[in-house]
Amino acid sequence: MNNRINKLFQEKKEGILSVYFTAGYPNLDDTIPMIQALQSNGVDLIEIGMPFSDPIADGPVIQHSSLIALQNGMSVSKLFDQLKNIRQSVEIPLILMGYINPVLQYGVDAFCQKCSEIGIDGLIIPDLPLTVYEEEFKTIFEAHNLHNIFLITPQTSEERIRTIDQASTGFIYMVSSNATTGAKATVSDFQKDYFERVNSLSLNNKRLIGFGISNAETFRNACQYASGAILGSAFVKALDGPGTLDLKVSGFINSIVIKS
Amino acid sequence: MNYQVNEKGYYGEFGGAYIPEMMVPNIEELSSRYLEIINSYDFRQEFVDLLKNYAGRPSPLYLAKRLSEKYQSNIYLKREDLNHTGSHKINNTIGQILVAKKLGKHRIIAETGAGQHGLATATVCALMGLKCIVYMGAVDVERQAPNVKKMRMLGAEVIPALSGNQTLKDATNEAMRDWINNPVDTHYIIGSVVGPHPYPDMVARFQSVISEEIRWQLDEQTGRENPTRVIACVGGGSNAAGAFYHFLDQEDVELIGVEAAGKGIETQETAATLTLGSPGVLHSSRSILMQTRDGQIAEPYSISAGLDYPGIGPMHAHLFKTKRARYIWATDDEVLDSALELTQLEGIIPALESAHALAALKKIHLKPGEVTVVNISGRGDKDMETYLKHFGY
Ligand SMILES: Cc1ncc(COP(=O)(O)O)c(C=O)c1O
Repeated sequence: MNNRINKLFQEKKEGILSVYFTAGYPNLDDTIPMIQALQSNGVDLIEIGMPFSDPIADGPVIQHSSLIALQNGMSVSKLFDQLKNIRQSVEIPLILMGYINPVLQYGVDAFCQKCSEIGIDGLIIPDLPLTVYEEEFKTIFEAHNLHNIFLITPQTSEERIRTIDQASTGFIYMVSSNATTGAKATVSDFQKDYFERVNSLSLNNKRLIGFGISNAETFRNACQYASGAILGSAFVKALDGPGTLDLKVSGFINSIVIKS
Repeated sequence: MNYQVNEKGYYGEFGGAYIPEMMVPNIEELSSRYLEIINSYDFRQEFVDLLKNYAGRPSPLYLAKRLSEKYQSNIYLKREDLNHTGSHKINNTIGQILVAKKLGKHRIIAETGAGQHGLATATVCALMGLKCIVYMGAVDVERQAPNVKKMRMLGAEVIPALSGNQTLKDATNEAMRDWINNPVDTHYIIGSVVGPHPYPDMVARFQSVISEEIRWQLDEQTGRENPTRVIACVGGGSNAAGAFYHFLDQEDVELIGVEAAGKGIETQETAATLTLGSPGVLHSSRSILMQTRDGQIAEPYSISAGLDYPGIGPMHAHLFKTKRARYIWATDDEVLDSALELTQLEGIIPALESAHALAALKKIHLKPGEVTVVNISGRGDKDMETYLKHFGY
């Protein structure tokens, strides 16, 4: 089945810009204006973070935004309410990213049903392992045309990368270094080797590079080794301080994608 | 009924390894090797030798005469408080440090609540000459100050966890993040029967020495191996897992776990996980936990730092679900009473955690001919400040 993620990767071969934000941060009702601003500034793909109280794969910036978002009253059902009519104004692919426990409490069936009603294209659930996904979740995800996006890291063995490639349908999320989100990335020789090693495997799925991409330079470097890159902590950090949401979003995106 | 973990890492519906991809290489390495390592002849030799000659095992099984008189029954205390470093935690850290060495790791991380696990980890790291980093909630750094000083003296770095309620859950989050950031040279010594498979099973095996000893000690003293019941406190559940282990298939032995009710199960300030929780995933295993309807983890509370945790090991969730063990709770106030009672009747100052197990004596009806074993998981040195504040000595 084709969905917006596949369409994006068919149409755009390089420089895909994906942005993560935490729903409910800085303010509870920023979700819709945020998505609209990201789309109008040329972002290709959006990862909407569902805040969780104990995000073990995240560094301090996303931990903090999650805490504030929860204090603001964000929840899975609140987010679904906010997103109800999002497809009237937004065409780019939307991915929900979050931890497994809130999804389990909502009910996996009900959760996927809601996603498909809204027009969500994929999910990234870092603590949903491949084996559990295949045994318990896959049929439900597929029935709702939802791509499950898997991560690989510099430590992932070639054999496992191939297994993940077989199981993937949207794209593969290539974690740039052995780290929680927000770590500083420079494209080191070690990372170059890793990116080149993965590229030489001729995988079926395209890759986006994420974790530690924070400015025009790291974005440009990452784009040399994959179809594009994902900005998370750097964007969330840019939402701090005064100014309108629109200005912060456009200011940030313009600092990443230097117009030629 | 089977109470052991299955080959996929589950106890019934609970357990598993809900880990992010970044942790997969370490967990797979551990899962595929832990049984072979801990069943090897070399390992057994070294483990048994260290338990005996370094940690001071076997720990005594002591018939508490005045306590028995008071409750008109036979009460035996399993004295884990007499182990080196003052609690049962050393059984596990000795086992895991040997595993870490076999895996070729030279940097050790741990989380700690009461500081007993951190202390036991810092101790074995000093013993083996390995680098040690302990994450501890900032609130616990304050309330368990003596243990923090000991860990530092032993050469460990103690890093306060500043997120959440700044207690055990948050320290565990930080330790997991550390492991994600240091995937090659580091072994994470988890302090209880929690976390992803194979930790719950591995830690339970190391702690099972407690019930192994209870059986022969009881036989020696009474002519029978099985008591009427075994009582232990449960935070994550490691001392209880160890005290229950060799009785799991002895269905005539009643198993009772005691959770920390904090200020009461009707309040928000509690850590009575099985009493109040529901199924979910925390710290990479499916178990029972305290959470909101939206699946956010609740912030727990207990006077005892070691039990101040919103989850419980998957083995206990399974024992609870299958009703093989019974789980009750005790409030802060009940626990303080029981700690003072043991101190003044038997001359033993227990850890606040262990005093939860003692509080059960007032909640179940003990009969004259029965034999009850209470696991005294640790000693009260670390809790003196809390005791002095409450009792005013
Ligand atoms: C003395 C003592 N007992 C019990 C516990 C609780 O842990 P567990 O439930 O894993 O035995 C602790 C934890 O710090 C402890 O220090």
